[in-house]
Amino acid sequence: MATAAKVPDEPHGPSSGGTSHEVVHRDSVVVRFAGDSGDGMQLTGGQFTLSTALAGNDLATFPDFPAEIRAPQGTLFGVSAFQINFGSTRIETAGDQPDVLIAMNPAALKTNLPALRQGGLIIADTGEFSERNLKKARYEANPLEDGSLSAWQLLAFDISKQTLESVKPFGLGNKDALRCKNMWTLGLALWMFGRPRGPIVEWLSAKFAKSEVLRDANIAALNAGHAFGETAELAGPLKQFSLAAAEVEPGLYRTISGADAIALGLVAGAKLSGLPMFFGGYPITPASAILHALARLREFDVTTFQAEDEIAAIGAAIGAAWAGSLAVTSSSGPGIALKGEAMGLAVMTELPLVIVNSQRGGPSTGLPTKTEQSDLYQAVYGRNGDAPMPVIAARSPADCFEVAIEACRLALKYMSPVMLLTDGYIANAAEPWRVPDDGSFTPFPAKFREDVPEDGRFNPFTRDPETLGRQWVKPGTPGLMHRIGGIEKGFASGNIDYSPENHQKMTDTRKAKIDGIARDIPAQAVEVGNDHGPLVVVGWGSTYGPIRQAVELARSKGHDVAHVHIRHIWPLPANLGELLKRYQRVLVPEMNTGQLKTLLRDQYLVDAQPLNKVSGQPFRIAEIEAAIEGMLAQ
Amino acid sequence: MNEISKVIPATKPDDWATDQEVRWCPGCGDYAILKAVQRALPELGVEPHNTVFISGIGCSSRFPYYMETYGFHTIHGRAPTIATGVKLANPKLDVWLVTGDGDGLSIGGNHMLHLVRRNIDCQVLLFNNEIYGLTKGQYSPTSRPGTRSPTSPTGSLEQPVKPCAFAIGAGGRFVARTIDTAQKHMPEILKRAHAHKGTSFIEIYQNCVVYNDGVFDAFTEKKSAPQTQILLEHGKPMLFANGTRGLKLNRETLRLEVVDVVEGDASQLIVHDETNKAVANMLIDMPFGEFPVALGVIYCDPASSFDEAMQAQEQQLTAGKSADFAALLRRGQSWEVKAEAGR
Repeated sequence: MATAAKVPDEPHGPSSGGTSHEVVHRDSVVVRFAGDSGDGMQLTGGQFTLSTALAGNDLATFPDFPAEIRAPQGTLFGVSAFQINFGSTRIETAGDQPDVLIAMNPAALKTNLPALRQGGLIIADTGEFSERNLKKARYEANPLEDGSLSAWQLLAFDISKQTLESVKPFGLGNKDALRCKNMWTLGLALWMFGRPRGPIVEWLSAKFAKSEVLRDANIAALNAGHAFGETAELAGPLKQFSLAAAEVEPGLYRTISGADAIALGLVAGAKLSGLPMFFGGYPITPASAILHALARLREFDVTTFQAEDEIAAIGAAIGAAWAGSLAVTSSSGPGIALKGEAMGLAVMTELPLVIVNSQRGGPSTGLPTKTEQSDLYQAVYGRNGDAPMPVIAARSPADCFEVAIEACRLALKYMSPVMLLTDGYIANAAEPWRVPDDGSFTPFPAKFREDVPEDGRFNPFTRDPETLGRQWVKPGTPGLMHRIGGIEKGFASGNIDYSPENHQKMTDTRKAKIDGIARDIPAQAVEVGNDHGPLVVVGWGSTYGPIRQAVELARSKGHDVAHVHIRHIWPLPANLGELLKRYQRVLVPEMNTGQLKTLLRDQYLVDAQPLNKVSGQPFRIAEIEAAIEGMLAQ
Repeated sequence: MNEISKVIPATKPDDWATDQEVRWCPGCGDYAILKAVQRALPELGVEPHNTVFISGIGCSSRFPYYMETYGFHTIHGRAPTIATGVKLANPKLDVWLVTGDGDGLSIGGNHMLHLVRRNIDCQVLLFNNEIYGLTKGQYSPTSRPGTRSPTSPTGSLEQPVKPCAFAIGAGGRFVARTIDTAQKHMPEILKRAHAHKGTSFIEIYQNCVVYNDGVFDAFTEKKSAPQTQILLEHGKPMLFANGTRGLKLNRETLRLEVVDVVEGDASQLIVHDETNKAVANMLIDMPFGEFPVALGVIYCDPASSFDEAMQAQEQQLTAGKSADFAALLRRGQSWEVKAEAGR
C-alpha cells in the first residue's frame, strides 16, 4: 500500500459515513476543471494533483490556459482548464476524453463540452448561468435547462450560493467570498474521489499565513464542498469513485512539472561537472518557469541573469562559458530564433552551452500558451553556415531531469552548444517523479587546461583525439592567453585564417565532432513491440505518452506494431537507420507538419509517413490508434 | 578593475602585443589607439592573464587579436552581452570592451544601454569614426547630417547620436572623451577609466583614412587644437586657448558661454566638477564652432556596480545556507512507496 509521507487526517477512499452513495470502481478517471481565467482553476487542479499523488495514484496533467492574464470575465477565450488523468494503472497521457467536467460558468461548459466523453458527468455552477454570462458564452438558451445536454449526466446546483453561505461567518465582501468557489469545488472533488483534505488544509494555511480570515474562509469552503458530497440527498449522477493505488516502483515520489525538472536537472549537471552554473534568460512563455525556479537556487552556485533581450541572454551565457561556467540559456521558439547568430558563435568558438527550447505554437508569436513541437528544423538546421549542434528532446515532465543532465554532459564533453527541446505541454504538466538517489548519476568533471606548453605557444583549438572537443582554458590562467572569435580560425592556433584549405578542414572537423556523438549515445531501443515487422510508430518529445498508449492498445487487439521513441534527435543513434529498415512501414506522429518525418527520410531514405496535428492540443490516443489501424489496413 | 593584492611583475608595452600582423589600413587611427592602450597597461599594475579584451564586429573589433591577453572577437553589437557574462562569471577579471559607432550604438545600442545602466565594471573604448568602415563606407549613427556615402549618395538625413550623451542618458557613471592621436592624453584617460569601478565609457575620436578622412580635423589639427579643444580637469577652471578663453555658466539662461579671460582672471569661469551631471550634459552638447570640443573625464560619479551588488547579495543570501542537493530533490510534498508484497 502506498502511504503518504505526510499522513492526512482522514482515511483514504470513499467515505463510509453520511448518506450512502453508489461507489464506482475504476482503473483510471479523467477530470477536467474549467472556469474563468480568474477562477483559480490551475490552482485547484494543482492541489487536486497533489492530493491524488499522495493517494498513490499514477497521474498526468494538462493545464490549458489562455495567453491573456485576466481575460474579460465570462468570455469563451478567457476559459482556463486543468485536466488530470489518474488511476491505478500506468498513466502516460492526460487522457483523451474527460469522464468528469466541472464547469464553473457557461463559457467553460461550451468550450470544454466537446471533449467530454459521451455519458460523462457535468458538474455545473448554476449560480454563474445568468442571462448575461449565457450571452457572453453565445448560448441562446440555458443548456442546463433546454435538454441539450441529454447525452451526458448533469449535476447542476448553485456552487456560488453554497460557497457564499459557507464563508458567511467570516464577513468577507461578495467578491472575496466568491473567490472561495474553487476551494468549495475542490472539496467536492476530493470527496468524489476519496482524496484526503489534510494536505490542502496545510497548503491553505501556508498560503494565507498572513490572513487568518482568508485562510479560515477557504478551509471552510473546502470543508463545505466536501460535506455537500457527503450529505446532499442528490439522486443520480453524483457518485464516489474508488481507485486503487498504482503499481509503481518503490521509492520516494513527488510531483514535478517539466520546467522544475529541467531546473533540477541543470543543477544536477552543474554538480556532476563540478562547475558553477550561469543561466541567462529573458521572460517568455512557456520558458520563464525555468528561470523562476533557478533564481531561487543561489546556494547551489547558480547565477541567474535576466538579460535585456534574448540575444543578451545567450551572449552573457557564452561569456560565462568562456569564463569557465556551465552556461545555460533558455527560451521558446521566437526567442530561440533571436539567439540564432549567437548559437553560431558558440559553435564556432566551440564553447559548452545548453540551450533549452520550451516549444510553443508558431510561427512568429503563434500560440504562446499552447503546445507544439514545430521547432525541430530550427533546432537541427536553424543557423547560418554549416553549424551542427547536438539536439536532444524530453518526453515527459519527469524525463526532463535526465535529459537536462545529458545535455550538460554532451556540451562539456564535446565543447559544443547543445539544444534541449521540451514543449509547453511538458513544461506545465505535472506527473509523479521518483526522486533519484543522490549518486545514481556518473559524474563528468569538467577539465580545464592549466599547464603551459614547453615552447610557450598555446594552441586553444588543440583537440582531444577521441571526441575532437577542444581544450578549455579559463581566462585568468597564467601563460595560456589566447584569442577566440566568430571569424574562421586556424586549425590549432585560433588566429584568423581565411585560407580555403583551412576552412574546409575546420568545417569538416566541426561536423565530424558532432557526428561522432552518435558513438557516445545509447543505441536506439524499441520501446514496445518487436524489432521488425509490418509497422513501427516513431516519435520524439511529448508525443511519447499517446503513442505508447496507442501502440499498446493496438497490440492488445493483436496488431503487430512497435513503438520507437527518439531522445537524441541530432545526431541520431547510430543504429536507427538499420532498425527502421526492418519494418515495412514507418508512421511518424508529430505536433508539426512533418519535421522528424523529413529528417528520417533524408537520413535513411525510408518511406516515413506523417501523422500531423497542430491544434495546440496534445495528440489523443485514439487519433494515433486510428492512424495505426489505417496504415495496417492499407 | 582588479584589487591589487600581490606584487604584479612589471610589463613593457611590447609584452601586451601579440605576434599577429596588424591588418588595419595604413594610417588608420586604430594604430594610435592600440599603441596608447599598450602604453597605458604597463602602468596599471595588471597582468595580461587577468586581462580580457572583448569586441564586436567592425574595424575596431579586430583589436583583441593584437593584445597579448585573453581576447574574444564576438558578433556584431553583442560584445556588451558577452562582457557581462564574463564579468558575472568571474568578477576578478579586468574586462575591456572595444567597439565602434556602428557596433556599439546601432546594432548593439540596446546592449550598450543596458551594460551602462547596470554599471558592469569594465572599460568601454568606443572608437567613433562616424562611418561604417569594414562594410565600405556607409553612414553611421554618429555621422553628421548630409554625409555622402554609398547608402546616402545625396547626403544622409538622420540626426546623429552623441555617444557620451547616450552614455550619460543610460545612467553611466564615468564618461570621457579623447582623440586617437592624443598619445599623452589617452593613456591618462585610460588610467582614470581603469581606476573607476563600474562601466567606464570612453569615446575616442578615430580617423578613418579611407572612408571619412579628416572628419575631425577641425579640432584635431595640432596647430588649431588649443583654440578648439578644452581639456577638462577636475577642480580646475574650464580654460582653453592657452588660458585666454574659458567657459562660463550664464546663471540667467542656464547655458554655457565662451568668455575671454583677461589677465589670467578665471574667477568667472566654471570649475570642472566631474560629479555634476547637469554641466556634463552641457559640455557634451556644446555645438562645435561656437564652442570648443570638451575632452577628458566629463563625468565621474561612482556607484555600486551590478557585478559587485550581485556578489554581495549572493554572499548575504547563501550565508549559512547549505547546498543540500538531496533535500532539494525532495522539496515539496513527497510520498514513499514501499516495496511490500501485495501492494
